[in-house]
Amino acid sequence: MAGSAFLSILRRDLRLAFRRVSEWANPLLFFTAVAGMFPLALSPDRLAMSPGEGELYGLQSLGIGVLWMAALLSSLMGLDRLFLNDADDGSMEQLVLSPAPLLSIVYGKLAAHWLVSALPLILLVPVFGLVYQLTADAIAMLAFALFLATPALTVLVAIGAALTVNVRSAAAVIGLVVLPLCAPILIYGARATALALDAESAAQPLYLIASFTFLAVSLGPIAIAAAVRVGLE
Amino acid sequence: MKLPLWFHRFGSPPYVYGLANSVAPWLGGAGLILVAIGSYLGLAVAPPDYLQGDVYRIIYIHPQTAYVGMMAYTLMAVSAGIGFIWHIKLAHAVAVSAAPIGASFTFCALVTGAIWGRPTWGTYWEWGDPRLMFELLLLFLFLGYLALRASFDERDKADRVSAVLAFVGIVNVPIIHYSVLWWNTLHQGPTISRLDAPAMDTAMLVPFLIMVAGFTAVFYWLLLRRLQGEILEREQGTRWLRDFVRGTAA
Repeated sequence: MAGSAFLSILRRDLRLAFRRVSEWANPLLFFTAVAGMFPLALSPDRLAMSPGEGELYGLQSLGIGVLWMAALLSSLMGLDRLFLNDADDGSMEQLVLSPAPLLSIVYGKLAAHWLVSALPLILLVPVFGLVYQLTADAIAMLAFALFLATPALTVLVAIGAALTVNVRSAAAVIGLVVLPLCAPILIYGARATALALDAESAAQPLYLIASFTFLAVSLGPIAIAAAVRVGLE
Repeated sequence: MKLPLWFHRFGSPPYVYGLANSVAPWLGGAGLILVAIGSYLGLAVAPPDYLQGDVYRIIYIHPQTAYVGMMAYTLMAVSAGIGFIWHIKLAHAVAVSAAPIGASFTFCALVTGAIWGRPTWGTYWEWGDPRLMFELLLLFLFLGYLALRASFDERDKADRVSAVLAFVGIVNVPIIHYSVLWWNTLHQGPTISRLDAPAMDTAMLVPFLIMVAGFTAVFYWLLLRRLQGEILEREQGTRWLRDFVRGTAA
């Protein structure tokens, strides 16, 4: 029962997402715009003056921060499709009332959301790693750390989405609620990438990201299910 | 789950209002006296530090505010959880009352930390220190909780939704605490809570602990007073409150 509910929700959400191209494409375009435009905010001679080892190092350091932050922000972008559409047309109520456990439904929705929003991002990120002139090691680390971190990111964003289903102007509240929870990911993700850039072992931050992800993926959906239930009361 | 009878009395607004009314002045008095004694001992009696001189004396304020901020978050999350699980409205009232006080103490911890950081670390704000970042994070968690509450019109729903958020956020409080052990950058390691003898001289430790007790008492004093206000707001129009107001007015 639980397994079939998971699979059918996964299939349904994927089908819905691919019918509306803008839903999965917009966060990616947003990521592209943020990551692509960020260097314009800094004058080129400033980058050359950075205290590291010359111009390149400044650009690389900036790139790591920009790419992680842009990934975080773009994952906030696509979050309204997670529960809002279903809550609006009443299908969320049907899902909660169905005999299948709500947790497996939540896991199905999370898996679909991860496949639609996080996986393309991981595939897109190496391109921008090249734009910021990261080394091959750093780019591989960036993609791998994102692969480890995005499940937790999806869960945290989903918590924000579930809490604010009935809120009118949810965007600002979600940002304030979700961003601080994501801070560990941002810190260790950027640190892992920076260590790889310096050709050092990034094992410690990777372990911490992995443990954070395990914690979020195992406990987060319980909170999501509770929030969904409260939202429909 | 079945709860013992004495526990249920804490779900009764009139009982808790009266209890808070009689306990709060004692806590407030004790807190202010302890802070006065601790300030005198810490600023005038305790010897200067061999390394930091008199600068270190902010240790009688800064860790206490950080500690009360974290305690406030824990209290908020636990009482919100109790309110969520057992549907006790008063527990939600406690959580709501704790949030602004905790946010204020956390803000004070950040400000005093910056003031302390300038002469000792050479900078007001060190981005590399994880504990500073997590303290900032704690402030954002408080503010996010309050913002989430403010975006709901019905108090019942705000209570229950924000309780989920408080409980999710509490995962971060132990991370704040243990980050000192995990990443030792600029922030000094723990000196008080080590299991062996504290690495602080008794003449410094005594006023430190007095200040901890004083700040804690002041926090609970403020909490009870806010709780009373919260109860008055939530219980508008109930009979006990009308009787109570008439009784005191007469």
